[in-house]
Parts: sequence; C-alpha cells; structure tokens
Amino acid sequence: MSSYATKFSRDARRATRDRRLRETISTALHNYEIARDERQTAFQDWQTARQAAAETKWEALNLLPQHLASFADKLAVRGTKVHWASTAKQACEIIVGIVQIRGARSIVKSKTMTAEEIHLNEALEKVGYEVVETDLGEFIVQLRHEAPFHIVFPSMHLKRGEIKELFQSALGDAPSDNPEELTMVARRALRKKYLAVDVGITGANFAIAETGMVSITENEGNARLTAALPKTMITLLGIEKILPRMSDLALFLPMLATSGAGQPMTGYNTLYGGPRQFGECDGPEEFHVVLLDNRRTELLADPQQRDALHCIRCGACLNVCPIFRNVGGHTYNTTYSGPIGSVITPHFRGLQEWKHLSAASTLCGACSEVCPVKIDLHHHLLHNRRNAAKKKPSGREQFFYDLWTSLVNHPFVWWLGKKTGWLFQPLHKIVRGSPLDPVRAWTKTRDLPPIPRQSFKDWWRKRR
Amino acid sequence: MSERDNILGRVREALKTKAPRPGTHDEDNPLPEPPASGARQWLPHAGNQFKDWVELFRKNAADLKVDFVMVTSSDEMRQALIGLRDTEGWKSAACHSGLLPDAICPALGLLMVHTDKHYDVNALEACDVGITECDALIAQTGTVMLSSRRAGGRALSVLPPHHVVLARRDQLVPDLPTAFDLLKTEYGENLPSMISFITGPSRTGDIERILVLGAHGPKKLTVLCV
Repeated sequence: MSSYATKFSRDARRATRDRRLRETISTALHNYEIARDERQTAFQDWQTARQAAAETKWEALNLLPQHLASFADKLAVRGTKVHWASTAKQACEIIVGIVQIRGARSIVKSKTMTAEEIHLNEALEKVGYEVVETDLGEFIVQLRHEAPFHIVFPSMHLKRGEIKELFQSALGDAPSDNPEELTMVARRALRKKYLAVDVGITGANFAIAETGMVSITENEGNARLTAALPKTMITLLGIEKILPRMSDLALFLPMLATSGAGQPMTGYNTLYGGPRQFGECDGPEEFHVVLLDNRRTELLADPQQRDALHCIRCGACLNVCPIFRNVGGHTYNTTYSGPIGSVITPHFRGLQEWKHLSAASTLCGACSEVCPVKIDLHHHLLHNRRNAAKKKPSGREQFFYDLWTSLVNHPFVWWLGKKTGWLFQPLHKIVRGSPLDPVRAWTKTRDLPPIPRQSFKDWWRKRR
Repeated sequence: MSERDNILGRVREALKTKAPRPGTHDEDNPLPEPPASGARQWLPHAGNQFKDWVELFRKNAADLKVDFVMVTSSDEMRQALIGLRDTEGWKSAACHSGLLPDAICPALGLLMVHTDKHYDVNALEACDVGITECDALIAQTGTVMLSSRRAGGRALSVLPPHHVVLARRDQLVPDLPTAFDLLKTEYGENLPSMISFITGPSRTGDIERILVLGAHGPKKLTVLCV
C-alpha cells in the first residue's frame, strides 16, 4: 500500500467514527437534496438537457485547439494578456511574476479550485505576499490553515460555535454564534482589504471560445468585487473549461446552479472579456488570463476517460456519494475529492499512489446518475482499478484468481470442495481476523455464511 | 516553441484517437447543430405572454428575496424611490447617467456619486444605495442582466449595500436563451467588458448552510419596472 493509501484508511476510520462530523455533513446535504430535486423537477426535460450538456462538452473537447486559439486571440484583441502554463510550477511563476512587476502589496482572491490544485497561495506566500481568500467558506478554512472540505462548500464541516471561536481568536470580533452576525464580521474585515487592494485573483467556470470571455459563477459578490476594484486582475483556469458559444451558457448556468446548490441560478454569473475598455469608468487596467494544462492533456489522450474533462465542478457527485458522506472531504487528501476526485487524481498525481481512491467506492452509480454532464464516473473508477492492476499486477490476487479458475474448471474438484467445505469451515473460525487468516481483508467487515451440507442443486434433484 | 504551441501540440496529439459521442458508439464529428440550441424546450417553462412573464418574475423575485415593483409611470417610479429613501434613511446615493436615472434620481434630492467618469471608490463604498439601469430582466430565473456599459461600470451594482434597478417593461424577457440572443443583437461583436447575471441579493450559506444575505455585495436588491 502506498503511504497515501495508509493515511486514507487511517483518516477514513477516524472520520467514520466521528458521529458529530457525519451528522453535520448529512444535515447539510439533506437540505441540498430537497432543493436540488425541486429545481430539477422545474426543468421541462432534465435528462435531455444533460445529454445536450454532455454533447456540448464533447464537441468543445473535440475541437479544443481551435476553441483555445479563438478564446485566447479574442481576449488578446481587447487588451488581455493571455499566458499558457504547461505545469503547476509554470503557472505559479507566471502569477508571481505579474504580482512582482505590478509592485503589488495586497492580493485578494476569490474561490478557485485550480489555484488550490497548483498551490498558488503557498507560492505567493513564499515570496512574501499575503493572499486574502474572500469567499466566506474559503476565508474560514484559510484562517484555520486547512484545505477546503468540499469543492463547493469549503467550510461545511464546521459548526457555528467553532467559527465564532475562530473569528474571536483570529479577528478579535465575534459578537455571537449567529450565522448572520458572523457573516457580517467577515464582510467588514474583507471590505477593508478590498478598498486597499492591488491585485485580484479569480478562477473561472467557463471559457467562451466564440467571444473570448471567462464566466465566473458565485453567490457572494466577492468575485465581482475582485474583478472591479484592483488595478490588476488575474484569472487562472484549466484548458478544459472551454465552451464553444456564449449561448451555451443559457443551458450550463442553470444546470450548474441546480446541480451545485439546488438554486435556479447562482447569485452572480459574470462574463469578463477584457480589462477596462475605452469609455468604461472602472475595472482593472490590466487583465491576465492564465491557461493551465497540468496533465489535463494526458487525461485528454485517454479516449475512454476523456469525458472526465467535461466536469464543471458542481460538486453534485460528492453530495450523493456514500463514501464522501461518511469519510468527509479531508480524508481524500486531494484537491478534488469525491467521485470526480477519485477518477482524476490518479491521472494528475500517479496511478499507483492514488489507486486506493478508486477502491473506496460502493459502485452504486449515484454519482453517474446525478452528473449534469453525464460523466460515467463509477465506470471510470473501475477503469482505474483495471489500469492499475494491468500495470502492476498483485501476486497474491493473481494466486487466488488462478486457484479459483482451476477450481471452477474442474467439476470433480468443485464437487469435492462443495461436499467437504462445511467440514473445514469451523477451522477458519480459529484464525478468523488474525494475521493467519488468508481472507482477512474480506472477513474483517463481512460474514461468511455457513456452507450448507446440501447444495440447492442436490436438493432440487432429490425433490423431483 | 512557445508554451502555447507546446500545449496546443499536446492537445492535437491527444485528440488523434477519437472518443465516442456521449451515450453512443458513434464518433461522428462535428455535430450537425449546436447541441444546446434546444435549451428553451428543456429549461423551466416561462410562459408565452407578457403577463405570464411578469407573474413568473414576481414569483421568482419573492423566492429570492428581491423587491419587485411594477409602476405605471416615471412619476410613480420617483415616488417609489423616494419612499425607499425615507424608510431606509438614505443619506447618499450613487448612480450613472442614462435615460431612467437622469429622469428619476434628481427627485431624491440627495448628494449623488456619479460613476460615469473617474470616481472615488471610498465615496461609492460609503453610499447607502447604488441605482442602475439594466440590459434585461429574465422571468425564468428572476435574474437581472446588466453590463458595465449599461449599468455604470463594474462596482456600482455590487459595492453599495442596496442595489436598485430601474427597468422598462419592454426589457422583461421570458428566458435565458432570449437574453443571450439579445446580447448578440444589442452589441454584436462589441460586447461590454463585463456582463453580469444577478439573481437575488448577495448571499452565502457557508455557515451551516444557513442562508445569509449581504455576504459581500448588496444585502437588498430592488427592481422598479415602469
């Protein structure tokens, strides 16, 4: 087992025993499910909409070179600087470079998972910058020096009391544990930062090839402020975020909102096509867009799993996943958790070290069923398992499979085993659960039913 | 070779093997028409007539905690705005120049920050209300669509604690596809640098998934439609 796998099992065991954590998660997600169902029923045809969304993304990927070129060129025409980064390191260097050239002192950031992926905050802090997360959930986990718990709801694992204590110690301001008052504490603290800001960093949900615009989805208005007040705006996004046409958003925006949080539309969906244009009264003087590969092209090269790049990061698969709901987001120890994280992390960070995530699944298929862009998530988990075993077969597994094969291929041996199995079963009880137990991994959490003295086949034959 | 060429090269290489169209074993490429072009038939139904759209916008606005007021004349709109000024005790307001704000806002008799030219961001932040026009009201989702060009820049509609939208009834459109068509006919290639779809006041659920309004942007959103 890789050290990541060992850590995963240890953390999963701890999280599943943490009743309070599981209750917090399940309350939050129960309300989400009710809202999502209501929004989905409001659609005239949700299933056809899913198919169309999947086909739109499929088409976007098939023509990715043209779309990326169009996106970048249209942005450039209107004065945006477009940067291309093959690796996380390059992307960090580009952004650190921009911040240094602009002589920035303060940086605000609105929620972006892609920045988590490349560890942008660490890179900026290493050269002496302070980066302020402005999304409330991100702000909270940043103060706790934690990673986001969930790609859409970063602080869903925390109770109001914990947030009150955190604000009290970090900001010296927490009048009560009322969510509204706590939110206002954060609003006041962050307003001050906004008014003195030099550089704003955002992610993006979609990149529109046709018009050269990024589309940013958020509820709080923090991304709106990040794109309005600083002199320099930087948007970091993966190359898979492409949508061919602006009008595709008419479908994608409400689907993202419905799947992500059970909303008809997210509070703010905003398109940006450049820095402040001639005749406009505000907005950044400079707009930088950083396009990131970071092994996305490797996933693209796998036609079987290419559709994992359709993902719009709505988080729906996390919300319905029985594994996520029990082990929680931090146990994954990855940027992207839940089913989609288990599918793509092995591609980004190494199959052998991260294959355990694909085994942490009940294969119930709930993720595939809710995915708004129809990614075949649970089959991809199986693909990952197969690919991992093909590249590095396990000797023990192979031995047991060979044993099984010869058993079922020889009717006499099979018959003998069936007839005498019940005799030997009591012997298993002696070693059961101990290191001597050859099938310990299986019997640790499962019962082996007693082998009957008479098989169904024999019983049937006698009865006739 | 530039990094752009490197990345595009890898993308082209990766795409040499085709992936089947979702849900099929077909690799036909490209599709005969944009897959999302039928969106109107799948999205929530918006009704066929103007009065359906008004009702739908009203219902969605109520769910979103947006105050939506239909008025019949600019005079009534002035009165509605003055009413808000008095109940909330506005001391300062911000707006931009445009047909409706020019006709309505002077009636407030307040010191106004205008965002059309260079303005002081601290002064805007100190305002009790930001008043803007919009590009469209979308009945389907209760959304206000506005742009940097039509609504006084990027900050006016998000920095003050109350955002008041002055709209005309011919700006009410049934659904999202119509709103995107409108952007094309209105601006063509020359799109504003920011186009925002605002659905309700600023909100968050990051503390125990409990809805709180006014996380960063306006706590209140009022739509006055004449």
